[in-house]
Amino acid sequence: MSEGNTPLLRLDHIGKEFYGNRVLSDISFDINAGEIIGLVGENGAGKSTLLNILFGMPVISSTGGHEGKIQIDGRNVNFTSPNQALAHGIGMVHQEFSLIPGFTAAENILLNREVLNGSSMSYLFSDRVSTLNRTAMNERARAAINTLGVNISPYMSVSEMPVGYKQFIEIAREIDRKNTRLLFLDEPTAVLAESEAEILIAALKKLARSGIAIVFISHRLSEVKELCHRILVLRDGRLITDRPADELTTRQIASLMVGRQSSSVDLEKHEIPEEIPAEPETADSVLASPKKKKKIRPALKVEHLWVDMPGETVRDVSFEVKKGEIFGIGGLAGHGKLGIPNGIMGLYPAGGTVRLFGRKLTLNKPRAALGRKMAFVSEDRRGVGLLLDEPLDWNITFTAMQTQGRFLLGIPYIFQVRNEHAMRREARKFIDSLSIKCTGPGQLAGELSGGNQQKVCLAKAFVLRPNILLICEPTRGIDIGAKSLVLDTLKEYNRENGTTIIITSSELEELRSVCNRVAIVDEGKIAGILPASSPAEDFGMLMMGQTRHDEEGEESA
Amino acid sequence: MRKIFDLVANNAVPAVFIIISAFAIPLSGYSASYLIQELLTRIGRNSFLILSLLIPIMAGMGLNFGMVLGAMAGQIGLLFICDWGVVGIPGMVLACLIGTPIAIVLGIFCGHVLNRAKGREMVTSYILGFFINGVYQMTVLYLMGWVIPITNPALLLSRGYGVRNAVSLLGIRGVLDNLIPTIITGTQGAGQFLSVNGAKSYILMQIPFLEGAIRIPLATLVVIALFCVFIVWFRKTKLGQDMRAIGQSQSVADSSGIPVNRTRIIAIVISTVLACYGQIIYLQNMGTLNTYNSHDQTGMFSIAALLIGGASVSRATIANVFAGVILFHLMFIVAPVAGKNLIGDAQIGEYFRVFVSYGIIAISLVLHAWRRNREREAARRSLRGNKGGE
Amino acid sequence: MIRRFIQNAGWPRIIIALFLLGLFIAAPFVGVRVDTSLSNTLVRFGMNGVMVLAMIPMVQAGCGLNFGLPLGIIAGLLGATLSIEWNTEILAWLSGLGTQYKISWLNDMFVTAWREPLGFASAIIIAVPIAAILGWFYGKLLNRVKGDEMMIATYVGFSSVSFMCIAWLLLPYKHPTMVWGYAGKGLRTTISVEGYWLHVLSDSLALNIQTDDIHLYIPTGMLIFFAVMAVLVWIFMRTKTGTAMTAVGSNPEFARASGVNVDHMRTVAVMMSTILGAVGIIVYEQSFGFIQLYMGPFYMALPAVASILLGGASVNKAGILNVIVGTFLFQGILTMTPSVINSYLQTDMSEVIRLIVSNGMILYALTRKVRAGR
Repeated sequence: MSEGNTPLLRLDHIGKEFYGNRVLSDISFDINAGEIIGLVGENGAGKSTLLNILFGMPVISSTGGHEGKIQIDGRNVNFTSPNQALAHGIGMVHQEFSLIPGFTAAENILLNREVLNGSSMSYLFSDRVSTLNRTAMNERARAAINTLGVNISPYMSVSEMPVGYKQFIEIAREIDRKNTRLLFLDEPTAVLAESEAEILIAALKKLARSGIAIVFISHRLSEVKELCHRILVLRDGRLITDRPADELTTRQIASLMVGRQSSSVDLEKHEIPEEIPAEPETADSVLASPKKKKKIRPALKVEHLWVDMPGETVRDVSFEVKKGEIFGIGGLAGHGKLGIPNGIMGLYPAGGTVRLFGRKLTLNKPRAALGRKMAFVSEDRRGVGLLLDEPLDWNITFTAMQTQGRFLLGIPYIFQVRNEHAMRREARKFIDSLSIKCTGPGQLAGELSGGNQQKVCLAKAFVLRPNILLICEPTRGIDIGAKSLVLDTLKEYNRENGTTIIITSSELEELRSVCNRVAIVDEGKIAGILPASSPAEDFGMLMMGQTRHDEEGEESA
Repeated sequence: MRKIFDLVANNAVPAVFIIISAFAIPLSGYSASYLIQELLTRIGRNSFLILSLLIPIMAGMGLNFGMVLGAMAGQIGLLFICDWGVVGIPGMVLACLIGTPIAIVLGIFCGHVLNRAKGREMVTSYILGFFINGVYQMTVLYLMGWVIPITNPALLLSRGYGVRNAVSLLGIRGVLDNLIPTIITGTQGAGQFLSVNGAKSYILMQIPFLEGAIRIPLATLVVIALFCVFIVWFRKTKLGQDMRAIGQSQSVADSSGIPVNRTRIIAIVISTVLACYGQIIYLQNMGTLNTYNSHDQTGMFSIAALLIGGASVSRATIANVFAGVILFHLMFIVAPVAGKNLIGDAQIGEYFRVFVSYGIIAISLVLHAWRRNREREAARRSLRGNKGGE
Repeated sequence: MIRRFIQNAGWPRIIIALFLLGLFIAAPFVGVRVDTSLSNTLVRFGMNGVMVLAMIPMVQAGCGLNFGLPLGIIAGLLGATLSIEWNTEILAWLSGLGTQYKISWLNDMFVTAWREPLGFASAIIIAVPIAAILGWFYGKLLNRVKGDEMMIATYVGFSSVSFMCIAWLLLPYKHPTMVWGYAGKGLRTTISVEGYWLHVLSDSLALNIQTDDIHLYIPTGMLIFFAVMAVLVWIFMRTKTGTAMTAVGSNPEFARASGVNVDHMRTVAVMMSTILGAVGIIVYEQSFGFIQLYMGPFYMALPAVASILLGGASVNKAGILNVIVGTFLFQGILTMTPSVINSYLQTDMSEVIRLIVSNGMILYALTRKVRAGR
């Protein structure tokens, strides 16, 4: 890899642990001037942690710093704030736009780097009392935009721009910095239409020719392959591959990203070893458990569902879930997998038909969904799942109280007071059975750890005695021990009560270990439904948006 | 279509006021020259105070109900010059000099408090006004003449400490307004010489058909004009640009390295200091200082006037200020008389204008919050966008 | 232990409680009678208690501090003035009702004997539906401006008070004790309730000992009324609806996901606050002796807001205990500072202390860091 002269950026054995949880280990690579690197990996593979380390985000230093060395031009650096990284010529274009809508393109490109007219006042006070030189600003902005090979007026207000333009403005802002030599782009094409993405890719190539190195992070593998010189694949915090792009097919990249059939190192990552269906027969045996085979009728039938959930739009989804089944929904973040359960539960505007045991469900009304004995565990535990400022017994029994009229004393519809004794008793029952670590039912939910909070959310759902349980991201943000406990609890609950469970998760392995079948969502649609025993790379291909058609085209080319 | 809707929505308030005034002016029976004279006086008296509100709006901090802090600082300056017997323009300048450091300290305090209460700046600055009012009253009512030396017995209450409720500002009364005595007269009054505070004023011009004479507070207007130039210039500076950026998105401004909290404090300090000068100008016109009440209504009336001029919580221009002063005070002048002539009760007109002041602030706040919530919704929608390009 | 207590109670509360205690201790030395002071504090506690109680539903439902209390007060004022305007008619109608339906106890004698309590009850009965209607609209308005409730509530209060100033002049009230004598129309600024329902609550069951040694007056009836209202609110907050309301305030998203109609709950809370405000002002007036119209209710929200905060409530959590502790502390300070400090310093500092304490308390609550994670 090394070309003799000092590389622009060198990462040397970078690693990171969060509270004993290893998220990155032993990452080493070089980036040379003018090079375009594709950085790919599943959600949670460690990309964002890597970026946080590079940019000196406070989240890293406040959790004990990182391992390994970062060198720029052969000199060791250790950034403590993103501004230092910027000063060294490392720029970043984020996934969310950080533009000021009411400002023009020029004002945004030169935000906090405005061209100033010198004035006598500035000697007296500071530069901040000098006036702006708008002509010069517009010229500089125009130059930056032209570098990209697009035609956007510097006078145009950002609020009036199409989404694609905003992306260009973000990039123009980075390249306007005099010293920018290395540019990180996080999913820059995710919001672009195909034609816009093509222009962007052409612009990036042009930029690289001018000597700027680019790190391109994307899930669109065909774009990565077309644009990049070298491709780095991250998986479970390790650098799996560092090879020139033309040595890899998209199918290979996909299987490298998700696949673990070939690597034995992964076994240590598995939380629940005895349940891991790394081998197909484990999953088969789950399917073959006698109870489920007997009578199978669709517990849930979804047809042409669309859900308007910000960031997780569902466009057109149809699937069936059998009674007593554990059904998994996987896919990359932002492609709509979370939108499906949230839409069915009525939390976001939705349309289409959803049938429960043959009867149609009223959408857009959480009460209707709860009334049909569905229970929901939200992915947003602190935002939606819990009353952080209220005691545990409230959290556990509230939904049942409001929708099923339990834990109340008095006459329904006329006068009902909550039965605190029953609430506490119920809470205690679950504190014991799920071994929730707390001081008692009176403790506030906000004081518990992530894993215990998740158990409270599960308890809240179990109290409802649901026919169908929808769970989003059951193990997000909780430690390994709690992870296996949560998953075991779900499996046990399914086995004992025959409850249909739908799990939505970004962790494919987790889904494959628990579920009977897994659906993969891509760009708001179901890309495919596979038995959990299918090879991991098949799931990977579905996730990366690689249809059979693409593959064939690639192979024939 | 949308543009037309926006145009109507943005100018509905001034339009309604123009209509109300159009009905009320004939009902009041005032002559044109009287109205013009009154309006000119009030423009001179109030515009500076209202202009001091512009900068925090630019920085996205909403209507600065904390401007009363500056007003109080100005009053303390005035109390001192009264005690020391400094009169005329030097007196005013001295009052400003004394008021400035107090206003700066109060402004910094206010800025820090508001930085701790992001998202509810307005209600916090409003309560802060009351709180500082308590401190001000304690200072003026108990400490002055006891801890803080006040020697002029005419200022003090008979008990020996604490300032009297009404303090005459004869020494500086109208000094700025009449610094350059100017009159417009009708052709009939041309021969008359009018004297203002002993000085002979000269006639600027004669307009036929105008009855009586109109005095113009020329120097005050010049000061206000200079201030407008200052604001125009300020908008063009880097600091002004930073404030606009913060006003639109604190997080973006922060990530681009603009010191958000510090800039917000600067905005409040500027506003407080300017409100201090504004109150001094206001009181030199009034000629008496109601020690414990003068500043009470300052904030409310200034804010109401600005909103009536077509400004909103997040957007205000110099034009809004002057449109607001004219419309608000036109109503102020004519409403009681119109009410009396219409229903036979002057009190109704009085209450009506109070109601309008509060009502207009309430409506502006509601519209702002409503629009903001709807825009948030729209922004969410646009984010979903054409992912995948269907 | 002590640290935990301080943490729970909060520094401002402890400082003010100690200050109040100091005032009570210092009182005898400057010639102020403790028993009189205590009596006054209790009277003012009873007068203001229900209005402070009116803060609870809105705070609990996440609508913030009810700076719009004047709206409820206006409903109460309408009830109070109408009960006097129609006093004769109401009483006649009641005894007529007795004759018509042959209810033996509901006769002229009964009505005459009970005319004051009946007048008071009629004031409340008239005020409550008005408050409910105003509160409904007010609640709908606040639902549209989530996030800015407090500022808008303030100005809704102010503009409704100034609107009513016009209305008080124009409404066709006729009763001679209420309208301006010379014009024969337009309500007076202050209207005495003497002869109607002055002290109906305060004096019933009151303990009044006035000897040479002891000057003690406990308005038992008014305190019982407050206790009943407090218990009603306490029970309500424990009903299914009250629980849902608390959840809405605690986390509206959670409540929505649990099938609760968030906007509806908020509206109910605002209506309750407004109704309690209306009842509160009537209780206040029967003790005070006068109905204060026009700009009277203008600043009435601030002491109520300050009281509940002083009692330990925050912008989004409040309970009955906060009301009781806060009202007692706040009214105690208001009673004691004029008498004690004035005797000592020979000057009236109570107004200034009221301004600093009440607004300082609100400021403290507004600038407290909201718990992380929201």
